[in-house]
Amino acid sequence: MPVFSYLATPKRGAKTTLCVDLAALPYCEVIPADNQDLVVLITDTPDETKEKELQKRLKSVQSLQSLSLTFGYDDHEQPGR
Amino acid sequence: MTTTNNQGDNEVTMKLNRRRFIRHAATSSAIATAGALFPGISFGSWPQLANNSGLVSWQKAPCRFCGTGCGVLIGVSDGRAVAVKGDPNCSVNKGLCCMKGYHSVQALYGKDRLTTAQVRKNGTLVEVPIQEALDLIADKLKTTRELHGKDSVAIYGSGQWTIPDGYVASKLFKGCLGTNNVEANARLCMASAVTGFMTSFGLDEPMGCYEDMDHANIFVTWGNNMAEMHPVLFSRMLANRKRRTNVRIIDFATRSTRTSQAADKSILFKPQTDLAVANAICYEIINRDWVNWDFVNQHVSFHRGKTDIGYGTEDHFAFKDQAEAISFEEYSRFLEDYTPEKVEKISGVAAKDIKYLAALYGDPALKVTSFWCMGMNQHTRGTWINNLVYNIHLLTGKISTPGNSPFSLTGQPSACGTVREVGTLTHKLPHGVVMNQHHREMAAGIWDVPLSNIDPKPSYHTVEMFRALDRGDIKFIWIQVTNPMVTMPNLRRYRDGGLKGDRFVVVSDVYPTPTTDIADVILPAAMWVEQEGMFGNSERRTQHFAQIVDPPGEAMSDTWQIIEVARRLGFEQQFPWSKEDYIEKIWEEYRRFHAGPKHEMAPYSVLRERSGVQWPYVNGRETRWRFNPKYDPACSNGKDFDFYGKKDNRAWIWARPYEPAAESPDNTYNFWLNTGRVIEHWHTGSMTRRIPVLHNAVPAAYVELHPEDAAELGVVNGEMVKIISRRGEVTMPAQIQGRGVPVRGMVFVPFFDESYLINELTLDAFCPISKQPDYKKCAVRLEKA
Repeated sequence: MPVFSYLATPKRGAKTTLCVDLAALPYCEVIPADNQDLVVLITDTPDETKEKELQKRLKSVQSLQSLSLTFGYDDHEQPGR
Repeated sequence: MTTTNNQGDNEVTMKLNRRRFIRHAATSSAIATAGALFPGISFGSWPQLANNSGLVSWQKAPCRFCGTGCGVLIGVSDGRAVAVKGDPNCSVNKGLCCMKGYHSVQALYGKDRLTTAQVRKNGTLVEVPIQEALDLIADKLKTTRELHGKDSVAIYGSGQWTIPDGYVASKLFKGCLGTNNVEANARLCMASAVTGFMTSFGLDEPMGCYEDMDHANIFVTWGNNMAEMHPVLFSRMLANRKRRTNVRIIDFATRSTRTSQAADKSILFKPQTDLAVANAICYEIINRDWVNWDFVNQHVSFHRGKTDIGYGTEDHFAFKDQAEAISFEEYSRFLEDYTPEKVEKISGVAAKDIKYLAALYGDPALKVTSFWCMGMNQHTRGTWINNLVYNIHLLTGKISTPGNSPFSLTGQPSACGTVREVGTLTHKLPHGVVMNQHHREMAAGIWDVPLSNIDPKPSYHTVEMFRALDRGDIKFIWIQVTNPMVTMPNLRRYRDGGLKGDRFVVVSDVYPTPTTDIADVILPAAMWVEQEGMFGNSERRTQHFAQIVDPPGEAMSDTWQIIEVARRLGFEQQFPWSKEDYIEKIWEEYRRFHAGPKHEMAPYSVLRERSGVQWPYVNGRETRWRFNPKYDPACSNGKDFDFYGKKDNRAWIWARPYEPAAESPDNTYNFWLNTGRVIEHWHTGSMTRRIPVLHNAVPAAYVELHPEDAAELGVVNGEMVKIISRRGEVTMPAQIQGRGVPVRGMVFVPFFDESYLINELTLDAFCPISKQPDYKKCAVRLEKA
């Protein structure tokens, strides 16, 4: 059950379109910045298969210039000594 | 059936809550990163957690990690800390946190948290009731003292001790047991800052405050990667640069870092030569007549000390500096060896860059703040380089006014509050030093112990304390809230020493570490907001936190562990407090040591209400800038500044020369080894490596190489490199063109990963004045593994 967050940069002038495009994808939450051309994207998929599908769809979003990963979590990983 | 269904429902609810928490952590991370990259960015549409659920209650605390002292709000649901947000009422961070802060509560809930006491029996650690372990500790303390003398027992704590932790440790060991064997790991991180303050001003801790950042035009970071080590302060600097048009950041360092990348100018110097460059800046300021003569004539005196002072690598090393007054002319002649052109040859810094720095400091229209931390403090001439940066500010009069600030940052949440102010170092008392009769009298009076109990002679500083453990002069040591079996330089000697048969090692901690590995007794400790306490941050701010959640199992606060042992040793009278109000009582007793306008501390009731209070706190007013009568109630000379720490009421400029490092690269060991930290991990990683997000971000240590050195060695990113010093070797993956890039001939290794004990390679040389080791400079060679 991976959870990721990203900083999404839109193509020039496409911030609103990008928000619409990303919000239309499953397992995605979008938080646009009020005063910059930047969007926070949070993805919360139920399993790795769905995660891979989503990754593929993200790559095809036309209004998206780039994605920078800021957070990653997977329930299966339990660090310790 | 019903029960099963309920359990199922609870599980679903818990998972949903946990899921929501993780999503909030993900959101927080993204927003924090965006804030660092785009100062002033706003996400108004992000809903607040409390508004969504209504189930989370929020309570204030200072962050558990670095010395910045960010105020956080801890979200608690069903008795569990589930969320963190920045405290908008805390002037330190104004609602912002870094990635460690946002994820900090997860450190409470690692799967291998220590919850029961353990005692080594026949070589194996066995769980026992904590009362049995405390009985054993008291018995061992008593018998060791009887057999081997009062100085055969020691306590070693840290800048993560709360103020009450350190206070009761000092009271028990110095006041009741009569030994000055009290030290803390802050000796390893800021002792040079203390001796720098003491020798230049006669009083410890910065004269300025974080508000300086909102006024300064120029920031010079002296060997200080603030972008990773003090990210919230760094963000404030960047925000100021964005908001105001006349702000510049100059990074002066031995390695390119994220701070260098964000700076307006990056200047690299050869290790140890910051001493020469600082002198060259002063030379240039005098040569160009940029001296603030009104300030210098009224408020400064000139001195020199001993030179060629050694490095402390041998046991029982002793050194005492001797100050000699000199004239300005003598000081000026001393600087003739440090013209920018001469220093260019020593330091590798172009003369024009030295002149550029001098011009910034020397321009009366610019307000300059200098920041430093480990780069200047972990230095075999750490006291000197602290003095030399003060010299620059004193020659130009850029001190103790908003924006003009030589600012020594600390690395731990209470290095200032506990170690420096309570005085948990061998020579210190809560007020003053053990060598001073009046200070001993004050301590004996407040502690209710005979004056003769307090030994007037300091015993062992940290490195010498572990050498004494190795030699057998110390037989019993109690280690709390720190992990010296990762952090001590020349580590192998001190680990072997701790393992010797007749040594008895007690460790109080929250997780298993290489230090608990050598313990005879492990005590499970309460962590951070599982207990009440206070920290003191870098800007003289004392920060109270209440107990917000319960500690797990039999875990107990370090303060209460010491009280339990003290009472078993017969000191009920000195430790009479109840569990209900012991923190308040301890604070009010401790506060008596600092009564008066120079260091008055806020009462307990005020600390409870506010997100930190800066001392001196006099007549309900905090002090932002010391030594300036507009702000500081202790100033009394009627002038525009009063450096009342020194008997001559002046700040001291010191003639301190450049002297080389204790060990430099040669034909056999041809690289510098520099060690340090990364933003994701706190110190030895014993907490942050148990936070999944942080652990996954940087799961293992690495060695940074310059790309050309890597090419010559024939290694690419991720390939294994063997690093060899005269003391040990370690093999670890290479990182090339990562977040940090060392200069040619240097490698950098972060120390957070206990799988790669880099301190087996480092040298236990230290500043002879501060006794702080140099973790930034020793010689190694490399092999492709």
